[in-house]
Amino acid sequence: MIYDHSRKGRRATAQAPLEKPELTGIPAEMVRTSRPNLPEISEMQAVRHFTRLSQKNFSIDTHFYPLGSCTMKYNPRACNTLASLPGLLSRHPLAPDTHSQGFMACLHDLQEILKHVTGMHAVSLSPAAGAQGEFAGVAMIRAYHDARGDDQRSEILVPDAAHGTNPASAVMCGYKTREIPTGADGDIDVEALREALGPQTAGIMLTNPSTVGVFERRIKEIASMVHEAGGLLYYDGANLNAILGKVRPGDMGFDVIHMNLHKTFSTPHGGGGPGAGPVGVSERLEPYLPVPMVDYDGQEYRWLSEKDRPDTIGRLSAFAGNAGVLLRAYVYARLLGREGMHRVSEFSTLNANYLLKRLMEAGFDAAYPERRASHEFILTLKKQARDLDVNTMDFAKRMLDYGVHAPTTYFPLLVPECLLIEPTESEAKEELDQFVEIMRTIKQEAENQPELVKQAPHTMPVKRLDDVRAARELDLAYKAED
Amino acid sequence: MPFIPHTEDDIQEMLATIGVESIDDLFDEIPTELRCGELQEIPPGLPEMEVASLMQSRARTDGEPLCFIGAGAYDHHIPAAVWELTTRGEFYTAYTPYQAEASQGTLQLLYEFQSMMTGLTAMDVSNASLYDGASALAEAVLMAVRGNRKSKSKRILLPANLHPHYRRVARSIVRNQKIELVEVAYDKSTGQVDMADLEKHAGEDYAALVIPQPNFFGVLEQTDLLTDWAHQNGMLAIAVVNPLAMSLLKPAGEWGEQGADICCGEGQPLGAPLASGGPYFGFLCCTDKLVRQMPGRIIGKTVDMDGKPGYALTLQAREQHIRRSKATSNICTNQGLMVTAATIHMAIMGAEGLQRVAATSHANTQKLSQALSSLPGVEPLFSGAVFHEQVMKLPIETATALGMLASDNVLGGFNLQDDYPELGDAVLVCATELRSDDDIENYRGKLEQVIQSQAQTPSQ
Ligand SMILES: Cc1ncc(COP(=O)(O)O)c(C=O)c1O
Repeated sequence: MIYDHSRKGRRATAQAPLEKPELTGIPAEMVRTSRPNLPEISEMQAVRHFTRLSQKNFSIDTHFYPLGSCTMKYNPRACNTLASLPGLLSRHPLAPDTHSQGFMACLHDLQEILKHVTGMHAVSLSPAAGAQGEFAGVAMIRAYHDARGDDQRSEILVPDAAHGTNPASAVMCGYKTREIPTGADGDIDVEALREALGPQTAGIMLTNPSTVGVFERRIKEIASMVHEAGGLLYYDGANLNAILGKVRPGDMGFDVIHMNLHKTFSTPHGGGGPGAGPVGVSERLEPYLPVPMVDYDGQEYRWLSEKDRPDTIGRLSAFAGNAGVLLRAYVYARLLGREGMHRVSEFSTLNANYLLKRLMEAGFDAAYPERRASHEFILTLKKQARDLDVNTMDFAKRMLDYGVHAPTTYFPLLVPECLLIEPTESEAKEELDQFVEIMRTIKQEAENQPELVKQAPHTMPVKRLDDVRAARELDLAYKAED
Repeated sequence: MPFIPHTEDDIQEMLATIGVESIDDLFDEIPTELRCGELQEIPPGLPEMEVASLMQSRARTDGEPLCFIGAGAYDHHIPAAVWELTTRGEFYTAYTPYQAEASQGTLQLLYEFQSMMTGLTAMDVSNASLYDGASALAEAVLMAVRGNRKSKSKRILLPANLHPHYRRVARSIVRNQKIELVEVAYDKSTGQVDMADLEKHAGEDYAALVIPQPNFFGVLEQTDLLTDWAHQNGMLAIAVVNPLAMSLLKPAGEWGEQGADICCGEGQPLGAPLASGGPYFGFLCCTDKLVRQMPGRIIGKTVDMDGKPGYALTLQAREQHIRRSKATSNICTNQGLMVTAATIHMAIMGAEGLQRVAATSHANTQKLSQALSSLPGVEPLFSGAVFHEQVMKLPIETATALGMLASDNVLGGFNLQDDYPELGDAVLVCATELRSDDDIENYRGKLEQVIQSQAQTPSQ
């Protein structure tokens, strides 16, 4: 703990101003008298402490990280370096347009690239992450119905396989949600959908390929059914990596989409964020896009705000969203170019299908064995859980001992004992082969020494943690002793 | 192939294993009529050196003007170690710490962040970040509506002297849940919340009163008075604060008799570069009592099977991945890396360092205000004490003045005309610890020229 290194009166003196001027004109009752409880340490102690902490993490730069739905691919270093050029880092968000043409050119180019690669009519870059993009998208659906006086639409449909942010976003926009089941083949149950549709339907939120890792084959039919019922279609772009340059959400009939640039466009996840969740829309939703947006008249770039776009759902962040993430995604898009975008989906799909095939050969059960994998796929360990009493969590924890970050576990909720595995296009064949060997080894261990797996991990900085105690005896901040 | 390691042999072996002829066969479940073509509109790929030269030229285009704009984003020194460490791959390229045993670095760091934020704000608990200050306010509003059991209304009092963008963001985020944000006027002479206007709402049912410190005009509020007023009227007190100011000013947890209930704000002054507005991070702290209403990730300290201390995500039953439509918020990805920077920043600066930065920024803004006031027709508009920003009245049209200054490479402040037309020609200026005496004199000299040139131009 950083506070363990703290000693009263110690400081990293070189980093702060040399003096502390007297406060003039601030009434005494407004001034702080208590000392803020921050650590008092030297610069080197800080550097050592945080370097050591970093070494307790798995990351893409250090480990294979096949976390399904999260697209943990290589984050090119150029994206960081070029988004951090001094002129870009020091630009104030409220700098006038005269001092923003270079920055705005990057954003405008990115808006255009995202528009074309998704087949949408217009794009706003401002949402800060996927979930905020979802919020913006559903808010636009609401604004559209409201503008038409169509106000009995109170329900958003979400498949049972949907990510938790989907229903949560719909509720934040004032909607109720209704779940649509997934069929045995992994596609949405179209008959159940037909029954659920009605005059109360505002829209449906779909991920395609879905979170079970297969392409929704009847998407055109679904789109016309929903449109006929007067609803709109929302596309959760978390899985865009699977189809980049192959098929576009706009062509599938979606009215609004978000993209997770921190997935498909390879900006880093940073231990939890930041991301960026731009939204794209069809023509009829264009007036409602969140502001600000960048406009270009062929000569100059300028910001569009509430004044220029009176029907906008409004502003979602104080400035222009996660600008630095957008710049990283822009650099990535330029490095890839159009050929590179096709290759993203091609090689992520090749890797996923290869890995799935090899794991099935090694005796693991695919959740949807008859289906082609998209860029990810699901194994179900229910056989192992039943016969050996070793469950998915145990497998996941044991993988850490072998130096692989565990895939996504227990999501989507409808597949029991599932592992959602997404290798991404940046992994080489030998890395995938190695993963198969690890899975094979753990399976053998589960058969012969189940306790070894059930107690795993054994080599991490800590063993399995007591989550119940964490929630029951809340310790959420270090408090000074006295 | 950029970022793809496959050799031709790899590809052939892999296809053979799968049992297909070509990669394209793997897309055979996608209806052919849906497949898109070449995407000609997207430019072809460029090598790193060409993208580098493009980005360098774009960065140069924007120059590096001398900046006196604050208005929610502040130009502070960031110790070199902060981003050197933050961009280590182990922090930079990790995901949300779902596998706790393989993420103790991030988890412990977040716990330390929560500790430092509670230390700075004197609140009980902190979450692990929200998107930015404005969306943090929106979440605080939602939290207050859920958390104030005494209130049946979905109404919140929001002062007009809070950042205009924050007010708009809060409105766009909460309005579909039929929450009403009711504006409280500010006092035209002090720039503080107008107590008389506030009194009109006494005894009415509101879930919370929002209290900025400092407010958008840089002016300091009577936070004790406002907090007590809120509590006496059955409302929660939501503090919206500059975290740097908290090192020097009475922290939200100590306001009035009981302290604020929720404290949120923009974390940018703690180690995030200006960078065109993001990524920054929103922070959200509250009292113990409200912790289960908190949105976002929270890290708790616990023990492992051997009794060794460790850290884990906790109270996850509030979150979307468990609770889905009943979650406290839809937030999933947050601003983890920015919080990494902020934690390292606070650790290196310490309380003393932050206080020095805050006090120097305060002093520099006073110097700036005095220097500009030496010009005819230029003076502070409000009488209230300020932290590190001040509204200055101008004798000429603000847009013209700022435009001319900008063409001379000085960004003279934020034009208040659009958001506060009633103030006439007025500009919000800020001088952080990075603006030297020479910079201030440079601004003063150039503004003097601009004013003179305008005085000579006959008005149409
Ligand atoms: C399928 C799916 N939808 C939505 C999201 C939410 O995106 P974000 O975390 O960027 O808010 C995620 C990511 O975690 C996801 O995997």
